[in-house]
Amino acid sequence: MAELMQFILSGVTVGAVYALVALGFTIIYNASDVVNFAQGEFVMLGGMITVFASMAGLPLPLAALIAIAGTAVVGVLLNKLAIEPARGAPVVSLIIITIGASIFIRGVAQLVFDKQLHRFPAFSGDTPIQIMGATILPQSLWVLAGAIAVFAGLWAFFTKTLTGRAVLATSNNRLAAQLVGINTNWVMTLSFALSAAIGALAGVLVTPITNTSYDVGIALALKGFAAAMLGGMGSPIGALVGGILLGLIEALTAGYISSVYKDAAAFVVILIVLFAMPQGIFGRKSTDRV
Amino acid sequence: MKTLTAFATLAALGLTTAAQADIRIGATVSETGPAAFLGDPEAKTLKMMVEKLNAAGGINGEMIALTLYDDGGDPNKARTFATRLVEDDEVQAIIGGTTTGTTMSIVPVVEDAEIPFISLAGAIEIIDPVKEWVFKTPHTDRMACQKIFEDMKAQGITKIGMISGTGGFGASMREQCLEVVGDYGIEVLADESYGPTDADMTPQLTNIKNTAGIEAVLNADFGQGPSVVTRNYQQLAVGLPLYQSHGVASKGFIDLAGAEATEGVRLPGTALLVGDLLAGDDPQKPVVQAYIDEYQAAYGEAPSTFGGYAHDAFAILADALARAGSTDPEDIRDAIEQTSGLAGTTGVVTMTPEDHLGFDLSAFQMLEIQNGNWTLVQ
Repeated sequence: MAELMQFILSGVTVGAVYALVALGFTIIYNASDVVNFAQGEFVMLGGMITVFASMAGLPLPLAALIAIAGTAVVGVLLNKLAIEPARGAPVVSLIIITIGASIFIRGVAQLVFDKQLHRFPAFSGDTPIQIMGATILPQSLWVLAGAIAVFAGLWAFFTKTLTGRAVLATSNNRLAAQLVGINTNWVMTLSFALSAAIGALAGVLVTPITNTSYDVGIALALKGFAAAMLGGMGSPIGALVGGILLGLIEALTAGYISSVYKDAAAFVVILIVLFAMPQGIFGRKSTDRV
Repeated sequence: MKTLTAFATLAALGLTTAAQADIRIGATVSETGPAAFLGDPEAKTLKMMVEKLNAAGGINGEMIALTLYDDGGDPNKARTFATRLVEDDEVQAIIGGTTTGTTMSIVPVVEDAEIPFISLAGAIEIIDPVKEWVFKTPHTDRMACQKIFEDMKAQGITKIGMISGTGGFGASMREQCLEVVGDYGIEVLADESYGPTDADMTPQLTNIKNTAGIEAVLNADFGQGPSVVTRNYQQLAVGLPLYQSHGVASKGFIDLAGAEATEGVRLPGTALLVGDLLAGDDPQKPVVQAYIDEYQAAYGEAPSTFGGYAHDAFAILADALARAGSTDPEDIRDAIEQTSGLAGTTGVVTMTPEDHLGFDLSAFQMLEIQNGNWTLVQ
């Protein structure tokens, strides 16, 4: 029993990390149907800027704020310099641009920062919390709380606010959105800034668990992307559930079957789900007007 | 006009002679890419040592020209750069191959061109079987395993659990450890693994913890994994001795995993980590101290074990060049093979035609982390 509990807590820890990264994909995807492959780099920047700002003597909360704001600026620049000039290009081209941007950001990061692994202390210490004979670190709860807060924020943003609806409208039909008075350029800039900020927040929260370095973004983005696909691309609840589910599958496979098949098992489940539900668990059904 | 031509010819001749008199050393290391944390200090060390040697008048009065390439950890690039070093830069010796992968792709090039090559990578395949033109400076994985098992045996530990990364280093070391573990009367009761970027290893460690009879745990990996394993190990309060590999023998590991979690962790390391703890008459002590001081002065940070590998490679080459008194690759190769009693950061090196590594298990120090610092296990 304690064993199962430990596997579940491990799954939740890792799953919350995936979920937080997956949530970052949703806004840009909702605004433009672009899967932003530089999302992992936003997470990396969040962690790395915090590390270096706090090494420079700033208190951790201030360093984290600077990291989130700084990364949001990078997101805006990415949109202005790379995505906006290519407006009108097919979505696939835009996705390829984001892959290029991720390589570029990674390259700059290893020059501006360094190539070593870094970490900063967990927010509420490293004393494990005991739950039914198993343990979880307080930082995992921070990540989980962060994921739920971002989810709630996104849900409210997309359903309750006019701006959020404008983002969805832009995604549905850019021309129609412009005709009803939505400034679609501004919507795109906003969604890149928000996505980057969410990514950076994820980086700040997960670094005490995962460590960070200039190339940590690739692996995180891959798992986050898988989680988002599993839950349904563009759906905040899908990102949350997909992330936790992916973490649980990995942990339970590692615990009960073999750690060798951990990643394979996770991807097999994703494949099966996508065969049965190509839109993911909570994905929107795509309807084509004839 | 005639004198002018003659003068020009003379000048040209003079230039050519000067260029040829120089000693040309080539290097290809992984300054960027996934092995950057190994290759970066290696490149820095090579640049620093060449500069210092030239400032001191070079070798036998000849200056050293270093051509350094960054292969980004890609074996294909490493091979291309090695070919370029041989054919375009016409180097007389090559240092490099940060990883086993890049090293193995350079080996055929240097064997073909008959240029001496000193590798900075760990795997035993590099020098076993012995290749005429290939040498290396780091300890092999197998030696790390043997050193660890020796220590376990001395503690009376006979049943262990292993947890290894699935990356190149972890997978190779796991294999080597499983091959030699029987020689020490030790049994591996649990054999778990994890991916190189995983963030939580508590399921694997829970299984090890719940395997009856285990007396110690060995984590074979480097980079990110071991720091997570060590933190999780403390989180689960496993309470058994934890051994790490030489791959994490750097201050960075203690910083990442935290002083509290690393308390009591044992691992084999080089003299470089414990320079000030070595006995006063230890031949490695002055070498290690000088390297640490110079590196600190040049780059404002402490050197890592990996930088030490490059330090030793260059020291061996410089020593061989001084003795050879020639820049013919064949003479340099022979001189490297005759290296005897050269104190480096990893060990005291004595090469033979059968041994292109040049030291044994005694070159490893068994270290234990106490209060966030290294201590020597006697």
